[in-house]
Amino acid sequence: MTYIKPTFRHPGLKKNKVGYVRADYEGAISTLCAGCGHDSISGAIVQACFEMSVEPHRLAKLSGIGCSSKTPTYFLSNSHGFNSVHGRMPSVTTGANMANRDLIYLGVSGDGDTASIGMGQFVHAVRRNLNMAYIVMNNGCYGLTKGQDSATTDFGSISKSSGLNDSFQAIDLVGMALELGATFVGRSFSGDKDQLVPMIKAAMSHPGFAFIDCISPCVTFNNNKGSTKSYQFVRDHQEATSTIDFVPHEEEITVDYEAGTSTSVALHDGSKIHLDKLSPNWDPTDRYSAVMRLQEAKLTGDILTGLLYIDPKSRGLHDLMKTSKRPLNSLQEEDLCPGSAALEGINAGFR
Amino acid sequence: MVVRFANVNGTGSASANNMFAKTIFRMGIPVSPKNIFPSNIQGLPTWYEVRINKDGYLGRRTGIDLLVGVNPQSLKKDIASVKSGGYFVYDSTRKLHAEFIREDINYIGIPMMKLSMEHYQVPRLQQLFKNIIYVGALVALLDIEMKVIKNIVDEQFAKKPKLIPNNYKALDLGYDFAKANYECPLKYRLERMDGVGDSILIEGNEATGLGAIYGGATVMAWYPITPSTSVAKGFETHCKKLRVDADGRKNYAFVQAEDELAAMGMVIGATWNGSRAFTATSGPGVSLMSEFIGLAYFAEIPVTLVNVQRGGPSTGMPTRTQQPDIISTIYASHGDTKHISLFPSTPTECFEMMADCLDLADRFQTPVMMISDLDLGMNSHMCPPLKWDDTRKYDRGKVYDAEDLERIKEFGRYLDVDDDGICYRTIPGTHPTKGSFFTRGTSRDEYAKYTEDGDTYVRVVNRLLKKWETAKSYVPIPEVTEAKEKTDMGIIFFGTTRYSALEAMDLFEKEGIYLDALRIKAVPFNQTVEDFINSHEQIFVIEQNRDGQMRSVLMNELDADPKKLTAILNYDGMPITAATIMERIGQHLPALV
Repeated sequence: MTYIKPTFRHPGLKKNKVGYVRADYEGAISTLCAGCGHDSISGAIVQACFEMSVEPHRLAKLSGIGCSSKTPTYFLSNSHGFNSVHGRMPSVTTGANMANRDLIYLGVSGDGDTASIGMGQFVHAVRRNLNMAYIVMNNGCYGLTKGQDSATTDFGSISKSSGLNDSFQAIDLVGMALELGATFVGRSFSGDKDQLVPMIKAAMSHPGFAFIDCISPCVTFNNNKGSTKSYQFVRDHQEATSTIDFVPHEEEITVDYEAGTSTSVALHDGSKIHLDKLSPNWDPTDRYSAVMRLQEAKLTGDILTGLLYIDPKSRGLHDLMKTSKRPLNSLQEEDLCPGSAALEGINAGFR
Repeated sequence: MVVRFANVNGTGSASANNMFAKTIFRMGIPVSPKNIFPSNIQGLPTWYEVRINKDGYLGRRTGIDLLVGVNPQSLKKDIASVKSGGYFVYDSTRKLHAEFIREDINYIGIPMMKLSMEHYQVPRLQQLFKNIIYVGALVALLDIEMKVIKNIVDEQFAKKPKLIPNNYKALDLGYDFAKANYECPLKYRLERMDGVGDSILIEGNEATGLGAIYGGATVMAWYPITPSTSVAKGFETHCKKLRVDADGRKNYAFVQAEDELAAMGMVIGATWNGSRAFTATSGPGVSLMSEFIGLAYFAEIPVTLVNVQRGGPSTGMPTRTQQPDIISTIYASHGDTKHISLFPSTPTECFEMMADCLDLADRFQTPVMMISDLDLGMNSHMCPPLKWDDTRKYDRGKVYDAEDLERIKEFGRYLDVDDDGICYRTIPGTHPTKGSFFTRGTSRDEYAKYTEDGDTYVRVVNRLLKKWETAKSYVPIPEVTEAKEKTDMGIIFFGTTRYSALEAMDLFEKEGIYLDALRIKAVPFNQTVEDFINSHEQIFVIEQNRDGQMRSVLMNELDADPKKLTAILNYDGMPITAATIMERIGQHLPALV
């Protein structure tokens, strides 16, 4: 990238609680195709971090390989980023998280990166309830290698370079995450910022593995008629389970929610997620109802979106492992090295 | 002498056999036990071989002086393996068939199972104490100090004192039977001596785990694979004692990964984020980790990898020893890559080098390999005690903190500020507006910006070579042992070959053949290695692989003359012996032998 964005900030721009303007959360100019869904998701990440007053250096952004995995360059330029190897972002994030439990970890992946080459690492990150937000920018194709079908390409979908998929069923990452015991499972659409921004905020606040499968049309290879991942198709078939509001703990609730249809989920840090339910027979804290709603939507050909499931009692990996409350990377010789006297005792045990 | 035990895997023989070796060690006699075990949990033949040598030669020696054979499956082969004039100790509960009788060896029948069944009721105990009974018989036959072995029993069962009398009884049963029926001691007897000093008897892998703790590792990510698994076990076991706070919280993270790829990814993530982290694996694991190793090399992320080698290729001989991953570990990954590698020879060195590896990884921001092997890792070795200098400070290498970032004019992650090839890094979370950068495996410029510009790429990869040059003055220097007389012949070896190579050198010397010796401790090779090759006409490179891999690395890295370097190889999966080395070197010395 040789384009340089101007760093000038108008003094009148609105600042958040930690003194940053929205532009401080942006990154380099995107090199993705004009109109790519991924750029909208990057924008939603910028908006969510700005609104949440995240200090950029307290967040680490990690990715694998592919179009989606390029995006961390395009947001949060003051955050450390790690573009790892294909399908292996979860393990790098696991290690990073082990080293410093105090940062926010935002992982970005794609459908190839997660549902094919990275499936093994994805399921184990879910299993460990690794404290991170994991966003899959799901366009149902391999964009960077010119549009081959991916494992999330729906049966019967038509794409520009692979034609009709009349062979294989798609892997539904949301259904799989629910089945694996994920503690936060959402699906959204790159074109629905009202839903996506609060969902990202909630994901970053969730203590454990927060998964968002975000449908993100590939304008170049998979936005044609007959594709189930095109803008038009998703708009026509999206069925939201609820509207979603994320309320940080220090803020007052200003919206009136209609009794009976709204649910409020309290998070560990005192913040709340308000869901104004649009969907019957569904409770966001009941995994079974989420699975059932998902199956029903599948039968009717709808794309179910929204925060589908959250476990408010979730505990992250550090709590499960009982590691020190101090970040491991802050420990010094005196914390780590038992010294020569202890070694004398150890030697004696081997005589 | 060499004592071998032929057992059935999973019958509790290991602890009885260990007890035998430890007793000899406590009598001050140099001892080197080796497990020769199958890839199996129960039922297949397993052997335990103990070399006892007053001169302190601890390499493997072929020729069994006394064999305790209690495995019918391997009986014929076991009897055949006894040296002429040696002893075969067997379970005489059943009569030995005529086909098993050799005229040139001595048979000592101890009715092990019969004695056990007479004195113990539970079948499992009958099996276990049968092992202790033969150890009791050996106490009489070899004139071992009963008091010493009973002390070991006391220590072993300190937490279950109820088991002590039964163990004593089993020892006495064997002892009394041997005393009553055979002339004790045999022509071999063990006499207390002062040949051990303050040495300890420890497995290399456990020492490696301890080295990681002392070296400040906080994250271990690993996937089970023989023969490296006990590194993880050693790390975890000792962490539980040494690294837990008063509130029960752990000052370490121990993550059993889903595979080796993930294990390496976790190490990279942890070190990128400022922790010291490591993994332990074997050859197949290194193959799986290779893509990530290249990322760590190119993106310049510290990694410490322990490769406890086993017989390859593929699944190969997973429970036999070799040094077959020299090339695949030093040059792991695609593209132009090479990695700092250390080669421990003893558990003491496993401990020291593990801590050194963690320092080197941080200093050079690159993968550092500790290349051990099954023989070193999974067998107990007599070695000097582990030592730690309390004034030692971890070398965390070049890391800018928040103050540094305020002070410096500009930050470029890959700027060679000090002209030694090593750049300054920052840890995530350090500063709100300065020092962030993007880590990637793609080519980038000095400011971590993606680029496909050829000149920039060449600058970056050439700087990595400069780093390699700098490393030469940081890695451990080789051990040179000069012959008693001036010679233009030399031997080069590394790792566990040391034991037998030094023994061969001494034995050659007795025949008037003089060889200088160089033990490689690390790659990149420093000047001492180059000087050694230049100052000798003929050099034998002794290795435990088929292709003479270290010889190739010497040629590759130093442009050494291939004609000068003769490969002396052993790769049958058993530790190399001095006799093998002498025989194979001898083939190249027609005028002298």
